[in-house]
Amino acid sequence: MNDTNTSIRSLLRPAIASAVLFMLLTGLAYPLVTTAAANLLLPWRAQGSLVQHDGRVIGSALLGQAFTAPRYFHPRPSVTQAADPKDPSKTVDAPYNAELSAASNDGSTNRKLIDAVAGRARAYRSENGLAANAPVPVDAVTASGSGLDPEISLANAELQLPRVAAQRGLPQAEVERLLNEHTAARVFGLFGVPRVNVLELNLALDTLAREGQHGTKS
Amino acid sequence: MSTDLLYFVLMLACMTALAIPMGKYLAGVFTDAGHALPERVTYRLLGVDPDHGMRWSQYGLALVLANAAMLLLGYLLLRVQAWLPWNPLHLPGMSPDLAFNTAASFITNTNWQSYSGENTLSNFSQMAALTFLMTVSAATGLAAGAAFIRALGHAEKPEIGNFWVDLTRIVWRVLLPVCFVVALVCVWQGVPQTLASDAVATTLEGAKQHIILGAVASLEAIKNIGTNGGGFFGANAAHPFENPTPFTNSLEILSMLLIPSALTVTFGCMLTRKRQGWVFFGAFLVMFVGFLAIAYPAERAGNPQFTTLGVAQQHTVTQPGGNMEGKEMRFGIAGSSLFVTSTTAATTGAVDAMHDSLTPLGGLVPLGEMMLNCVFGGKGVGLINLLQYAILAVFLIGMMIGRTPEFLGKKIEAREIKLVMLAVLAHPICILGFTALAVLWPHIADSLGNTGPHGFSEILYAYTSATANNGSAFGGLSVNTPFYNTTIGLAILIGRYGTLLPMLAVAGLLAGKKTLPETAGTFPTATPLFMALTVLVTLVVGGLTFLPALALGPLVEHIAMLHDQLF
Repeated sequence: MNDTNTSIRSLLRPAIASAVLFMLLTGLAYPLVTTAAANLLLPWRAQGSLVQHDGRVIGSALLGQAFTAPRYFHPRPSVTQAADPKDPSKTVDAPYNAELSAASNDGSTNRKLIDAVAGRARAYRSENGLAANAPVPVDAVTASGSGLDPEISLANAELQLPRVAAQRGLPQAEVERLLNEHTAARVFGLFGVPRVNVLELNLALDTLAREGQHGTKS
Repeated sequence: MSTDLLYFVLMLACMTALAIPMGKYLAGVFTDAGHALPERVTYRLLGVDPDHGMRWSQYGLALVLANAAMLLLGYLLLRVQAWLPWNPLHLPGMSPDLAFNTAASFITNTNWQSYSGENTLSNFSQMAALTFLMTVSAATGLAAGAAFIRALGHAEKPEIGNFWVDLTRIVWRVLLPVCFVVALVCVWQGVPQTLASDAVATTLEGAKQHIILGAVASLEAIKNIGTNGGGFFGANAAHPFENPTPFTNSLEILSMLLIPSALTVTFGCMLTRKRQGWVFFGAFLVMFVGFLAIAYPAERAGNPQFTTLGVAQQHTVTQPGGNMEGKEMRFGIAGSSLFVTSTTAATTGAVDAMHDSLTPLGGLVPLGEMMLNCVFGGKGVGLINLLQYAILAVFLIGMMIGRTPEFLGKKIEAREIKLVMLAVLAHPICILGFTALAVLWPHIADSLGNTGPHGFSEILYAYTSATANNGSAFGGLSVNTPFYNTTIGLAILIGRYGTLLPMLAVAGLLAGKKTLPETAGTFPTATPLFMALTVLVTLVVGGLTFLPALALGPLVEHIAMLHDQLF
């Protein structure tokens, strides 16, 4: 017993010293050196890949946004929430809230999930002028893991394309061209899936529209 | 389909290719007689003699005391967050129970999170509390693994190494350099690394989007390299800032498998029993591939209910198909399934898809892997867990052929087997005992995010994840209650030290024994036959223990799903 006591006492100093020392080394020095190196080498990435348009920040290239206007391509459903402005103890739906990422966490046999998917499929078909039994791509009616998924599938984009083109008075081929330009292929043809970044595509549409206006003015 | 299979094969090939140099490097780190300059400075500051050998009891005591001091420091930092720098969003300190739960969970490499990082922790806490605890907990597990392997190679020498030396070297020579490089690659792909805490964007539609930023990359690197798994954000590796591309997804998978797989090579090098190391690697790999072969087809087949609603789940060139609820576009089914299988194999607990929304059989995979707890397994402890089953296999074989069981030239006797059984039993007793207690607890149904068999799976998953020190969750369960915080906290501690300490004792006992020369009567353990037997013993012990619980959860839910029954 005495043996254990001496042994504990002799180990106490290194135990406490190791906590403080490794906190300084791995909790401060390591992240700070990494921050310095990252901001020196890759400042735009290190600062969150923020996208500027007309001199103001319009979002991050990596985070999805809640586009709802018919002239824009729409992202996947998001179930993120935010505090209710009227009563902070409650929450309200706030899709693509980048302050609080969240998923539904509904299991495959959860009635809530199946009802939500049914409702989203109906809304998607009516919004895009599809037949009542037209197949809908699965990514268009399921919520992502983060609630901030920036991308949609090509199948999903193709079905939204006629609506966007009609709303903007653009030929479909023109929108198709932009869609192809902003399609990300598999990395090395192997990693991930082909997909399109909604913010980048919508930004390209707006830029095109403004160039068009300039064209008619001059 | 064929692209996905090719992807899996390539990833496993990369893992194997990385395991060899890393394993050899680790063997050097664990056996080097010299001390580098930063290490000598560290020993002086700690006030320790690096050449002093420790018996298993001293080693274990140093490990527990150091962890206790680190836990306490982490707890304090989380409590007083409001007074510390880099907190422009004025986040308050954590409540005592939440701070304790978090510190305990991070020091044990579990990284169970009862909170969402982005609205709870300041940039300072993410670094000084979490990144710190993640690094030292990984180093602790790896040190125990190193001591265990070293002990197996000793003959009549009960000292199994010096804990301070192992801890210091692992931090300086392994974790910091590897994490620095991985962090920069993550930044290159888009993971933020900044002292700024937020940015406000005005979207094209005129809405405000408040974007949370921080030192994400440095945390992300150690989170995976250290098989920790705790996220900077609530959505963990599903968040585009933690895991922005299919490339980072693959990098994170390889990162978390790197050291657990390399340790089998380290084992082979240190004991000069290379074949034996590969036998263990093979045992890991066989189980891993088996679990992947359940998860991927299950997620790819998707949810039959969706098909009834006219939702297209077929995989085509223009869409990933499958069960995309809770999954991200950029990873699709293949990237998500491989991540699910890896994160619970390597007991990381990071998630790039929500496990609660996996199909029933898809969800069975992480549960099963954490129950076995030795499909690669966590930093250091995974190999220890597999060795525990290997010793059990040797013992059973010895009983069958009527000889005293031997393992690596050491006689396996009653004391070792008792300790091994203590470690083998601590795991299921903790999981099943707490699950049984929870389902009997009054008003427990209020905490469930899903009802029916899936609700039972949520509870079972919580205690399995805590005991296996994994930290992933079926996130629908509301766990921030006194009952869950207490029982899950206990499960975390029992799971970590209830297996680690008995196995260190086994190591100490074996180190003190003579190494017997191999004779014609020795059962060879460096053969495919022994690999198969170890896997078999693991599956039989695990299966007999956990199958009834799995039948009540995922299996019955799968049958319900096929028969269109909703809950």
